[in-house]
Amino acid sequence: MRDVRLLTAPFDPNAEIDPFARAHPQAGAIASFVGKVRPEAGSDDAVEALELSHYPPLTLPGMEALADAALRRWPLLGLLVLHRTGLLYPGEPIVLVSALSSHRRAAFEATDFVMDHLKSESWFWKREKRGGQWRWIEPRDEDRADLSRWQVGP
Amino acid sequence: MALKLVFLGRLEDVAGMAELLLPLAAPQPLAAVLAQLPGDLAQALSGPKVKLALNGAVLTAGAAPPLANGDELAFLPPVSGG
Repeated sequence: MRDVRLLTAPFDPNAEIDPFARAHPQAGAIASFVGKVRPEAGSDDAVEALELSHYPPLTLPGMEALADAALRRWPLLGLLVLHRTGLLYPGEPIVLVSALSSHRRAAFEATDFVMDHLKSESWFWKREKRGGQWRWIEPRDEDRADLSRWQVGP
Repeated sequence: MALKLVFLGRLEDVAGMAELLLPLAAPQPLAAVLAQLPGDLAQALSGPKVKLALNGAVLTAGAAPPLANGDELAFLPPVSGG
């Protein structure tokens, strides 16, 4: 039903989605999102590598609490949340969210909700290497704005 | 036994290490612990956007529990998203 994991090695999203979907044959809708290290080939200033660090006492428990919040909010039959840590290269998947439900709306919305919260509230610190130099990534205002879409009205 | 300090994200670069073990003679408030560190590191750790987690629980802003040997205090700069 709920499968939330941190991964330290490259993974194949399809090899994760297929067995998860097969384990929930009653689901009529499957929405999946895969985030990858953006390939910027051709640019002089392209990202060469990305490093994601985390803090074990907080990061996975926080992801599990996020998944539980999505399961409370939508009638899901299954929720898969996988996130990489460590060193990643352009084109490699960073994150996979797959929500299974009876009808499409819950699956779409839950996937979107989990991604917005992962992007802005999860305990990850990211640095990228460009031109041989490592640089820490600062939080983006857009991610904060995306998160505000999910706040329950007054 | 010692107090364990954990530096996340860019704070690891400022500290030049991921963790620091600091044996304490007696339980101390955070300010007294920071006073034992190099000035630039202490300043970075006490920045307004740095959150603290004590033994795996995030502290509310302004909380200042006494720190003792065996505790783990993590300094968490703003997250950069997954």
